[in-house]
Amino acid sequence: MFLIPDPVVRFFHRMASPPHFYAFTQRLMPWLVVIFLLLTAAGLYGGLYLAPADYQQGDSYRIIYIHVPSAWMSLFIYMVMAVAGGIGLVWRIKLAEIVAISSAPVGASFTFIALVTGSLWGKPMWGTWWVWDARLTSELILLFLYLGVIGLYGAIDDKRTASRAVAILALVGVVNIPIIHYSVEWWNTLHQGPTVTKMDKPSIHVSMLIPLLLMAIAFKFYYLIAMLQRARTELLLRERNAQWVKNMISESK
Amino acid sequence: MKPARKQRLILIGLMVLGAALATGFALKSFNENLMYFFSTTDVVEGKAPKDALFRLGGMVIKGSVERPNDGMMVRFKLTDFSKDVTVEYTGILPDLFREGQGIVAHGKLNEQGVFIAEEVLAKHDENYMPPEVKGSLKKQPPVAGQ
Repeated sequence: MFLIPDPVVRFFHRMASPPHFYAFTQRLMPWLVVIFLLLTAAGLYGGLYLAPADYQQGDSYRIIYIHVPSAWMSLFIYMVMAVAGGIGLVWRIKLAEIVAISSAPVGASFTFIALVTGSLWGKPMWGTWWVWDARLTSELILLFLYLGVIGLYGAIDDKRTASRAVAILALVGVVNIPIIHYSVEWWNTLHQGPTVTKMDKPSIHVSMLIPLLLMAIAFKFYYLIAMLQRARTELLLRERNAQWVKNMISESK
Repeated sequence: MKPARKQRLILIGLMVLGAALATGFALKSFNENLMYFFSTTDVVEGKAPKDALFRLGGMVIKGSVERPNDGMMVRFKLTDFSKDVTVEYTGILPDLFREGQGIVAHGKLNEQGVFIAEEVLAKHDENYMPPEVKGSLKKQPPVAGQ
């Protein structure tokens, strides 16, 4: 633990306590919503209005401002889910389990949005809705992994056992993440190569890049909002017999 | 760290490593099937299937697009900057089809080694920029050695 500064360690220790987590996220929520709304407004205004049209694709490329941040989120949330699941497995921290399972529906939604917007983009540009190339196929497998996680969790009644099973599934599925990212470099695909997430300078004009990054951060905040709301509900369900929940209910009466 | 936790952490690490290795070997053995298209060099060197449909990808050579009998049939040359293949296609081309752009065609080779395409898809690259920037890039003097 000597690598991590003490205040950070203390923060995580306190966050692992359910009543503290519940109260803290309640206070955090309005801030997250405000930041999300501001970033989304700025990102959409920049992307749909300020950014110029593309030299090849004209205005059609603007779907990038939904498609690419969603695709990034689908990978990012999966990693959060797997790492949280792994922490739950090793340290048996209840809140890590809850963060893992609360991430799954949000991640599945972003994966679905990435697939649908990609399809809508593919039809006018490539000339087809769908092809079975490595990028599209591996992203579809990611959607099935998310759905598998959600399904498995729902199928097991004891939620602590369910969390362990789900964490193993999520951790095994991590192999798909580098495959999705590198699919466009390892194999010939119809999907384009990386524009931003590569070692080189991004191959996108800065006036188009800034709104894209704004949207990417906005989507991160949306994820935090959606995931934390789910986590709070899940926490109440699991802790419904705990004293702090009873106290909270009797106070609000 | 407590021994039980350490053991679980090691087990998880081994599990992820095992899954990665298994997937890595599987992908390696299916490598060719995962290629969405063959390159023009593959076709010239005879690596592409004969008498069977396959996909051919490459860049449309500038100035090679022609309509020989003023009909719907269009003929052009594809390249991967090493070997060229002539493609014939009858039908409507996608909007992004233009000289100097990448495309993927689905079809088969005839006896003369001409690729008869049944479907042509446009493959756009990873560059995004306003038209003015593209224009000013063209005006720049060519880099020495190119």
